[in-house]
Amino acid sequence: MTDPAIDVATFRSLQEAAGAEFVAELVGTFLDEAPRMTGQLAAALAAGDEEMFRRAAHSLKSNSMTFGAMALEALARGLELDARDVVKAGDPGALVALAAEQQRVAAALKELRDA
Amino acid sequence: MRERGPADARLLVVDDNKVNRLLLARQLELAGHRAATAENGRVALEMLRREPFDLVLLDMEMPEMDGFQVLEQMVGDLALRDVPVIVTSSLEGIDSVVRCIGLGAEDYLHKPVNPVLLKARLSASLEKKRLRDRQKELMRRFATPEVEKDLETSGFALGGKRVEATVMFVDIRGFTTLAESQPPEETIELLNTYYTLMFDAIAGHGGVVSLMIGDGLMVIFGAPVPLPGHAEAAVRAALEMVETMALFSVERTAAGKAPLKIGIGIASGTMVAGYVGTNERATYTCVGDVVNVASRLESHTKAAQRPILIDAATRAALGERVPVEPLGPVEVKGRAAPVEAFAVVALSSSA
Repeated sequence: MTDPAIDVATFRSLQEAAGAEFVAELVGTFLDEAPRMTGQLAAALAAGDEEMFRRAAHSLKSNSMTFGAMALEALARGLELDARDVVKAGDPGALVALAAEQQRVAAALKELRDA
Repeated sequence: MRERGPADARLLVVDDNKVNRLLLARQLELAGHRAATAENGRVALEMLRREPFDLVLLDMEMPEMDGFQVLEQMVGDLALRDVPVIVTSSLEGIDSVVRCIGLGAEDYLHKPVNPVLLKARLSASLEKKRLRDRQKELMRRFATPEVEKDLETSGFALGGKRVEATVMFVDIRGFTTLAESQPPEETIELLNTYYTLMFDAIAGHGGVVSLMIGDGLMVIFGAPVPLPGHAEAAVRAALEMVETMALFSVERTAAGKAPLKIGIGIASGTMVAGYVGTNERATYTCVGDVVNVASRLESHTKAAQRPILIDAATRAALGERVPVEPLGPVEVKGRAAPVEAFAVVALSSSA
């Protein structure tokens, strides 16, 4: 079986530190923002804009860490570190795994939020 | 600036990522602080230049203007360079951490920011900021704005440099007798009024008060900041001071008190200006023959029965713009050679 999309311990300690109600809002913000970030990744890749690509990957990595989305964090970090090569290759396939993982994270976060 | 308690600081969170921004602001508010947010470096600098902040939490990776550029701008800005910055970033590699510290960042916190660590770093930084603010406040009270600015830009170093400037000595005629004839509280109050009136006229003409001894003042025009037309500026200040004291005396006479008269001596030329004292206690002043001449001319105002006496160099710098009366060479205390003295014709007061 696969690892959970969200590390529940990380998510719970975020709730404890910032308050469950606030975290529910924050999840909403992330669900709004995440597609924008993946959109930026795709746009940067198409435009060959390494700087924008790295920044979008970095942002996504940062938010993944906040919510305990460990697999998504690893994928985003990989793209941030390999930004030059990935952008040079310009292969949209590089984003497929990330997009899939993000779907999984979104579903898991909604479930945790509404629990 | 108002003193703030440790848990009531005004902080600025700078991050292009909305989730990060909201979360950091939330953590700060939970710690009892007030937090404003900016979504990139450019907006952050605009806010910093518009309103005071006690501390900045700064992300590095941002569009438009990144964190490194913000740090660079803050270091180069006198008003901002003492605002502590804690960098919050998840940049990969130690290089960027080193670069931030090198640019003056106070601390570096990896994202996601641990709330306990954040709280600890915040109180340490804010405490340091409070100490710095207190020092600046003391400085404001005991140094003139010009000296304070000179210290901020050039730093403090004992020793002087040669400058072209004008120096002025001022005191109240018969002050000792006056002080003896009234309660000390009244004398202090009188001195405070006198200093307020004098400082206003001096600062208005670009002068810097170097020394205050009893009722005596030593003022420099042209250092530490060069002042074009320093001789004339000093004379204009002197005229205003004499006129102000005449008005003040009218008020005093009406209240049944003795009028106050001042004597002013002014001399111009090359002198050595700088910080004199020890590393713990020093004052900005100037020394040289010109300074002695100004002091002696001030003493001579009583014998000459003129409120403002100036030396030949000051007179030469005035041209025909201010009427003066040559007094010829006068013997002054402590100098072998007599000094060519000129009385400035005060418009609404006589000595």
